[in-house]
Amino acid sequence: MNQLLTISSSPHIHTRRSVASCMWNVVIALLPSLAASLYFFGIGAAIVIAVSVIGCMAVEFAITKWMLRRPATLMNGSAVLTGLLLALNLPSNIPVWIVLIGCVVAIGIGKMSFGGLGCNIWNPALVGRVFLLISFPVQMTSWPLPLVNRFNYLDATTGATTLGALKMSEMASDTVAGASASAEEQVFSVDMLQNFLGGVGGSMGEVSALALLIGFAYLLATRTITWHIPVAILGSVALFTLCIGGDVMVELLSGGLLLGAIFMATDYVTSPMTKRGMVLFGVMIGIITVIIRRWGAYPEGMSFAILLMNSFVPLIDRYIKPRIFGERRGLR
Amino acid sequence: MFTFRKGGVHPPENKITASGKIIAVELPREVTMAMSQHIGAPAMCIVKKGDHVERGDMVGKAGGFVSANVFTPISGTVVKVDKTKNAYGMPVDSVTIAASDEDHASDMEERFGQSRTRGEIDTLSAEEIINIIGDAGIVGLGGAAFPTRVKLTPPPGKHADILVINGAECEPFLTNDHALMLARPDELLEGVRLLMRGADVEKAVIGIESNKRDAIDLLRTRLDSDESIKVEALKVKYPQGGEKQLIKALTGREVPAGGLPVDAGAIVQNVATAYAVYEAVYLGKPLIDRVVTVTGPSVTAPGNYLVPIGMRMSDLVDLAGGVPADTGKVILGGPMMGRTAVSLDCPATKGTSAILMLPESQSSRRTVQPCIRCAGCVAACPIGLEPYRLGLLSAQSRWDMVEASGVMNCLECGCCSFSCPSSRPLLDYIRLGKSTVGGMIRARSAKK
Amino acid sequence: MSILYAIIVLGGIGLLGAVVLYMVSKRFYVKEDSRIALIEELLPGANCGGCGRSGCHDFACACVSASSLDSLVCPGAGDEAMNKIASIVGLASVQSRPMVAVLKCGGSCEVRPSTARYDGAGSCAVMQQLGAGTAGCPCGCLGEGDCVDVCNWNAIHIDPLSGLPVVDEDLCSGCGVCTRACPRHVLELRPKGPKGRRVWVACSNTERGAVARKECTAACIGCMKCEKVCPFGAVTVKDNLSYIDADKCRLCRKCIVACPTGAILDAGFPISAKDAAALADKKQQESKKDD
Repeated sequence: MNQLLTISSSPHIHTRRSVASCMWNVVIALLPSLAASLYFFGIGAAIVIAVSVIGCMAVEFAITKWMLRRPATLMNGSAVLTGLLLALNLPSNIPVWIVLIGCVVAIGIGKMSFGGLGCNIWNPALVGRVFLLISFPVQMTSWPLPLVNRFNYLDATTGATTLGALKMSEMASDTVAGASASAEEQVFSVDMLQNFLGGVGGSMGEVSALALLIGFAYLLATRTITWHIPVAILGSVALFTLCIGGDVMVELLSGGLLLGAIFMATDYVTSPMTKRGMVLFGVMIGIITVIIRRWGAYPEGMSFAILLMNSFVPLIDRYIKPRIFGERRGLR
Repeated sequence: MFTFRKGGVHPPENKITASGKIIAVELPREVTMAMSQHIGAPAMCIVKKGDHVERGDMVGKAGGFVSANVFTPISGTVVKVDKTKNAYGMPVDSVTIAASDEDHASDMEERFGQSRTRGEIDTLSAEEIINIIGDAGIVGLGGAAFPTRVKLTPPPGKHADILVINGAECEPFLTNDHALMLARPDELLEGVRLLMRGADVEKAVIGIESNKRDAIDLLRTRLDSDESIKVEALKVKYPQGGEKQLIKALTGREVPAGGLPVDAGAIVQNVATAYAVYEAVYLGKPLIDRVVTVTGPSVTAPGNYLVPIGMRMSDLVDLAGGVPADTGKVILGGPMMGRTAVSLDCPATKGTSAILMLPESQSSRRTVQPCIRCAGCVAACPIGLEPYRLGLLSAQSRWDMVEASGVMNCLECGCCSFSCPSSRPLLDYIRLGKSTVGGMIRARSAKK
Repeated sequence: MSILYAIIVLGGIGLLGAVVLYMVSKRFYVKEDSRIALIEELLPGANCGGCGRSGCHDFACACVSASSLDSLVCPGAGDEAMNKIASIVGLASVQSRPMVAVLKCGGSCEVRPSTARYDGAGSCAVMQQLGAGTAGCPCGCLGEGDCVDVCNWNAIHIDPLSGLPVVDEDLCSGCGVCTRACPRHVLELRPKGPKGRRVWVACSNTERGAVARKECTAACIGCMKCEKVCPFGAVTVKDNLSYIDADKCRLCRKCIVACPTGAILDAGFPISAKDAAALADKKQQESKKDD
């Protein structure tokens, strides 16, 4: 015993979990969806994902190195994760330069401008995605058909998403009373099994519900996330849709709902700290999503719902506290 | 299987010494008895240099109600009455006693036998039992070293109806209670019965974590037809042995925030304390030795040692094969709540439950990273606090908000720091907040 | 028509807002002494608490309502500003004695060998809870810089070589926040002294001399030499620790020469303490030679 003894405050042992392991676990959980998007969208998906991941890492590296002059934080995997999530929220035929703008907005504005990892208010990938959605609505909503365009990148044949079709038919039914029959027809033409396994157009990550659920199971098994937020979102969407008389399965399986509920809303930094807070957060996201989908101008409301509720997280954390042992509820 | 519901963590158990018998340590030739080995006022030294003392003689008298007597485990001459450094490097009043050859030889014969007859013991009143316990200098041997007499005397108007005996030993590495339960089951149960009479309760429940199946089975068979004492298996989960968690797990009652266990009708005692009570009442033996686990991943002869209190810890560690060459951290107690020692060249005390030597590679914390708000600490806190917030507020010295956030409920179990993926020093700051706020509260009540 | 509607609606909203704002500002108007703002402008605005109030605004309020400025001194503002404040409130100004924080510890890395390595939150208060800390001395500076963190004047920094805080006496306002933040109370407010000259004991160790010496070669060992040599009775040794009463000290510096461990330091003299000690050594050796 030649060296000096270390003194420190207890505890003297620590969990093996680290920031990096949490982030990489989510990346691993995204692999099935990644594989699905590569299978359904081919070369376009590969290009967009690669550009997005590398772009996000480059932006983070540049900002930490030359603007903040802090040690590099690339290895903790958060930039990779943001890049991956951003890519999975884009259509596979989107030009590279738009993806790069998304990276700059997601990392630069969404994350680093708040002070980096742990300080941002909104989910960076969604900030990037919504910025692109508002700035480039045409490119962002022309969805290539799955399996059809696997070897084309920019000139892919496009088609409507389930929710897009639904929205169109709703509008049609609003204006022409007699068109309700055709709307019904269109809704039921959506194959539920196809929606589940993949094969309906949309952004890359939403194409296969099955792949997303496999990722969810992995996240739960590794205790990376708890069930509260995803279950609250899916439950409230199902319940609310039922109340207003919609098709529950369509709402649950289509659009970015699963992707958002499992991977976006559960982002540590931008979700509440307490279990009850998480449930409230999830329920509100679900309700807002359905409201936007049903009555809003956009066919898809998940991103907006999550960003909106992200803003409420500090408030939720302030008012929803865990019960202190030995205190009666509501006493504080 | 019983457990508490809220929070908790599962650190690797590492009970290296679980199958070890208790190894009796030969009496040392010199002991140093610190006057402050317990929570509360230090004992007052009642010997002076040159005095001759016998094994089991009192050298320090309790310095107040919340205090405890101190006894010497060896016969010998008082050679020094002065401040010596404790394991944390702080000077404490102590008495050093050295044994001559004759003293040492006389100590070889066991002098504590049956000191009271069965009839005498059966007629002892509750008050008499408590007095014997208090006079024997018995303190809680789970680690906190709170005087047992005080625990058994609840504030006026409050009465307990159940005695909870803590055999959970939820700290990783520690096996001293486990070894004691296996080695002295009958004596231990006798101690529990005495504690029940002292606390005037009708029933007792012994909670043992299910990783000590052999101890559970042994105690159950030894109980025979005694219906008043139950032995229950607890789920392996830290901090199962926390006072409030244990009461919740075994009785379903919650100790009110800011209250004492007796507010939930329970008194909690450690199994080792129960054994010490048996020794005090049956053998007239004061608290002069205790079981200490000496352990660590690279310790050559880890084990559970019956150690005379006041023995130099470095001598004890030498018996276990010496301090390993790669040692980077020495912890007194378990890895979750124990304190780091700066030196082993100091005496073992009543509260020394274990000496844990961690290798250099496990001694350093990882680099602190920003909080990613993963909510791990909130989920892990068995009290329901928000450690991430408390840590931040304490670091910013915002004591009013620290107090309002319930810091005084913190039991300093370390689940928050353990679970943090960013390796943030949460408990470092929360403990600071707790002691500062505690001081503020005391100052306020002193003003009134 | 539609333009008219727009004008009416927008104008209406504007009018309603104006009325509400007016009502609220009337209802919740707080009348404040105009001198408070004047005084606050003169104050440093650091909210250091050195005056004993909770902040500069509180201090200004106290000045306005006080009948005498005796107990109201802002250590950061300086005498000039205090005179102005006195004239604002129409009271006699009180000349303050400039104070400075001094370190009652000389346990640099050189003289105080490390006995442990600290690994934890960078705070002296946290480290203090662990026991003696990284050196043997249970009374000395812990060196994690709690004083640096609380100083509103940027007057303290940790010297990387010695591991001890250094107080910049030009920047130090004498507010005393650091003395309260230090968990070991090794910082003390002392008068700056005439021409900035002062003498103090740079040690806080109350252990017996032999023990203290072992832990730190620059420790005060309570040998009483300083007490004996002081012609003015300014030095007292209590609990093995010497203390110099700044009011009685006449800055003769005999104690510095007498101190066997160099635990007494000075500041502001043309010859520094070390040179003086060296000089003393030389003199002693010469006198020995003469004998």
